[in-house]
Amino acid sequence: MQAISFFTGALASIGRSTLGLLASIGRVIIFTTLAVSHMLRAPFYPRELAAQLLQIGYFSLPVVGLTTLFTGGALALQIYAGGARFNAESVVPSIVAIGMVRELGPVLAGLMVAGRVGASIAAEIGTMKVTEQIDALTTLSTNPVKYLVVPRLLAATIAMPLLVLIGNIIGILGGFLVGIIRLDFNAAAYITNTVDFLETGDITSGLIKAAVFGFIVALMGSYSGFNSGRGAQGVGRATTNAVVSASVLILASNYLLTELLFPA
Amino acid sequence: MSGVAKIALKGVEKAFGINHVLRGVDLAVSKGTSLVVIGGSGTGKSVLLKCILGIVTPDRGEILIDGKAMRNRDDFLSHFGMLFQGGALFDSLPVWHNVAFRLRQGRGKLSKADAQELAIEKLRRVGLKPDVAFQFPAELSGGMQKRVGLARAIASNPSVIFFDEPTTGLDPIMAGVINELIREIVSEIGATTITITHDMSSVRAIADHVAMIHAGKVRWHGPVTEVDSAKDPYLDQFINGRAEGPIESVR
Repeated sequence: MQAISFFTGALASIGRSTLGLLASIGRVIIFTTLAVSHMLRAPFYPRELAAQLLQIGYFSLPVVGLTTLFTGGALALQIYAGGARFNAESVVPSIVAIGMVRELGPVLAGLMVAGRVGASIAAEIGTMKVTEQIDALTTLSTNPVKYLVVPRLLAATIAMPLLVLIGNIIGILGGFLVGIIRLDFNAAAYITNTVDFLETGDITSGLIKAAVFGFIVALMGSYSGFNSGRGAQGVGRATTNAVVSASVLILASNYLLTELLFPA
Repeated sequence: MSGVAKIALKGVEKAFGINHVLRGVDLAVSKGTSLVVIGGSGTGKSVLLKCILGIVTPDRGEILIDGKAMRNRDDFLSHFGMLFQGGALFDSLPVWHNVAFRLRQGRGKLSKADAQELAIEKLRRVGLKPDVAFQFPAELSGGMQKRVGLARAIASNPSVIFFDEPTTGLDPIMAGVINELIREIVSEIGATTITITHDMSSVRAIADHVAMIHAGKVRWHGPVTEVDSAKDPYLDQFINGRAEGPIESVR
């Protein structure tokens, strides 16, 4: 009897969680549709867009640059060590370049921006909700989604490919520096190997991923902020949700995009 | 009350899950008059305002503006101002931009210079110096933030203004100043107003009519001059701030 009651309890719990998850997915889809529909209709807020481009793009440059610089360097060391097992040390420049532009550049930049920007968007919008600033926008004949969400979505979608492009260059530079200083590569040969093996498709696929990741970061930050609970705890939880959900979605969509862009 | 009411609520109901906040509210505010809504915490006063604004959708009932159901909320909001309980000023914008926010939107928006001039004029009207216009909300005291909120509420000379607990968190002198400003400005621009408050000094200073909400319904409604002589035990307990009476002190 006890076993049956435990079993039905567990089943009910799984059912509740599943329904909760489906309801959350539904709410995110409705929010996304609403935000995208507002992107296509006036009024537009170019001043807000410019401010967000600066905030999301320019101010994220140091963190993305440092992340890719060190990752490029570490990647060069790892590939060298791995390649040495079958006398293939010469692949270091090309693998560093391909690894950075296809995979590590967009994913690491996405995760770093999710931490920096996603959290900041959720905290800002969440605080605005808690302090009734979002209601105030409505009473001042301004649609909060159009004024707060659309500029952030556009800015993140535009800024991320640019950030990743710069991040890729810095990452390859990291590999290059380690290659010539620590691994005794010839500088000219390293550059030639990098350029020769890199194809346009490698770069564009990374940039497409970056745009998608930027959209995800701004979307989850805005959604979590708009659905923030009351008080400091509510805003704190919204911030955590924004970073966690954006990070998971970045990793999941990275796999799907890789399947789409580079089918086996 | 004679003629068509500026704002009328008929049988408005709203529940959040099992919590029935409004259980059939009937209320009417005549044009150019000031209605103050009183009631204990959690009785649905703020939800009532949000229903009128369309921020919250009522489950049942009708809300009429000038005798007609509100078809276009944007039209209504373009003649509307609101002072929020905490000010709700935008932290990222300077005070002048907060005040002139609505006038900087849309097709006929004011230039920056004109908006600043108008904001300074409205700030002066609420007793603030011009240099406040270039500060940020976080640099101001609570009383100053309330005044800026009031300046923002009246910036476009609206025909309807809502005040949500305008004196909460202020010392008695500043509360008196805000009450006086509200009374003066509302008379000047001839607006129809609804105020939510617990503060009986605000009620006496601002109201033409008073409505008391209890258990999701309008318990008492009448002219402010009759508040003290009314025989309703709920109203009597509330305005005299007694712990004993029909309203439970633990809710």
